[in-house]
Amino acid sequence: MNDLSSIENWDDHIFSDGVDGRLYNDQHVFEQELKKIWYTTWVYVGHESEIPNTNDFVMKSLGLEPIIMTRSKDGNVNLLINTCTHRGNKLCSKSKGNQGSFTCPYHSWTFKNDGKLMGQAYPDGFKNADKSALGLKRVPRIASYGGFIFGSFAEEGPTLEEYLGGATELIDRLLANSPSGEIEVTTGYLKHKVRGNWKLLVENETDGYHPGFVHASVFMVSNSRINELYGDKSSSLSRDYGNGHTEIDLRPEFRKRGEELSWFGTNKERLPDYVEQMKAAHGDEKAREIMIDGTPHAMIFPNLFIAEIQMFVIEPISVSETVQHVTAIQFKGSPDINRRLRQQTMGSVGPAGFLLADDSVMYERTHQGLQTKTGYRTYTGRGNHRERLDEDGYLVGDSTDDLPSRGIWKHYKSLMEA
Amino acid sequence: MSLANINYSLLREAEQFLFVEARLADENRYEDWESLWADDGVYWVPAENAEIDPEKEMSIIYDNRSRISVRIRQFLSGKRYAADPEIKVRRVVSNFELLEEDGDEVLVGCNAIYFVSTESDDEVWGSRNEFRLRQVGDGFELARKNVFLVNAHKALPNLAFLI
Repeated sequence: MNDLSSIENWDDHIFSDGVDGRLYNDQHVFEQELKKIWYTTWVYVGHESEIPNTNDFVMKSLGLEPIIMTRSKDGNVNLLINTCTHRGNKLCSKSKGNQGSFTCPYHSWTFKNDGKLMGQAYPDGFKNADKSALGLKRVPRIASYGGFIFGSFAEEGPTLEEYLGGATELIDRLLANSPSGEIEVTTGYLKHKVRGNWKLLVENETDGYHPGFVHASVFMVSNSRINELYGDKSSSLSRDYGNGHTEIDLRPEFRKRGEELSWFGTNKERLPDYVEQMKAAHGDEKAREIMIDGTPHAMIFPNLFIAEIQMFVIEPISVSETVQHVTAIQFKGSPDINRRLRQQTMGSVGPAGFLLADDSVMYERTHQGLQTKTGYRTYTGRGNHRERLDEDGYLVGDSTDDLPSRGIWKHYKSLMEA
Repeated sequence: MSLANINYSLLREAEQFLFVEARLADENRYEDWESLWADDGVYWVPAENAEIDPEKEMSIIYDNRSRISVRIRQFLSGKRYAADPEIKVRRVVSNFELLEEDGDEVLVGCNAIYFVSTESDDEVWGSRNEFRLRQVGDGFELARKNVFLVNAHKALPNLAFLI
């Protein structure tokens, strides 16, 4: 078996219906992924609402890099590398706060929150130093869509909107469910660590085949109707938007029910304020349609999972460790639905979540299973005989098909070959 | 503080109750553990720190009594994969103090260290625990259990045992 230190031909490792199992657990592959994916493409970093005020900051990450996301006086968002330009000390150890500058505790260099070097202790010693060249290193490109801030370490490349492509519709669909047209990330995060490769999580987020099995216990003990959405007879769809972005589109099932807020396991009577706000924002008919369709279940490659009522940010730690940061989505200005969004999120996700603890143990077992040295390859051909194009030209399949995995790996291959 | 004013007999009774609570949790005796709870019981394990407002921010566990019951039934379903194979746990609970007496309720604080053996690893967890116990008959029921994890601010692995 050839090793993976320098893959010449990715066709030997990524197939139309499966992949070389070693791609999940080889250190060389992980290093190439950092270079060609995490340090190249647009990666989700944080949300505008996490730093609403001047001088707010929050600690984030991009690839393996800790990033300080700040809002400077000019109102701009900055993504700064958290490393002092003097000797490399970690500049900021707080997870969030509000301050206009950051002083390194090692030799007291001070940086403005837009990254510029403001001051050096005992300045007489820096006669030959060009202060303007000693600002904090920045993520070179930053862009946001609908409040979602992405960064890219590539100086040049496609714009964020080109990269998102049809997936912008997913974010639009989410925002349409908020009467104010805006969402907020204000409830803090559950940080959940798994001993597994990051790609296992990405693929699972839009795997519509597993819920009926992995989450069977939830259907047994609660009156959840999730099993209707993901069964063999479900009219839900899996969709590949290209560029690795995928979704499970549950709208066909919700439209069959034709009940507002059924997507959220509730009804109009229980959230009257929200329903009134939606009608005021969209008009009765449009509000009804939106409240029947609900929010998306979509994986924006490589790290943002919009899971109807919560969002996950996937952070690779190493080839065999990943952290999922999860927070409840909040609709700006809609307290009655927000309370339910938080409660449902807390029950389902995080280390003790009714759903995510079971997903996470599957990530770990799959990661262990993939350690086999027997020339193993996965099989992701389910439903490849029934792939079809929707009216917008995107590939769709049944909700339990492996179509999202195939789309993710196709895009992955194109990035790794580049 | 005055040691003379400590209600030692109440403290001993509370300790004994919480030793049983700890043992039932260690041994995954889910139904027996659930039977300790009051009808209005709340089980809280905050994320980040003890200061967060669970009505506004994310908690790892924030169960009212009916959600405690769902949690227990999920453990008993035979399909709670995160806890199957069975997670082995032994905890030491110590440093008991009576923090408050309020009518028929008493607030007890203690520390806990847990050795946990899961399918994939052995783990050590640590926490500050606070219990609000309500006197009923000649015993107690559990009205509130707060578990403040020492490392709640960090990324944590699955927590699929009764902490």
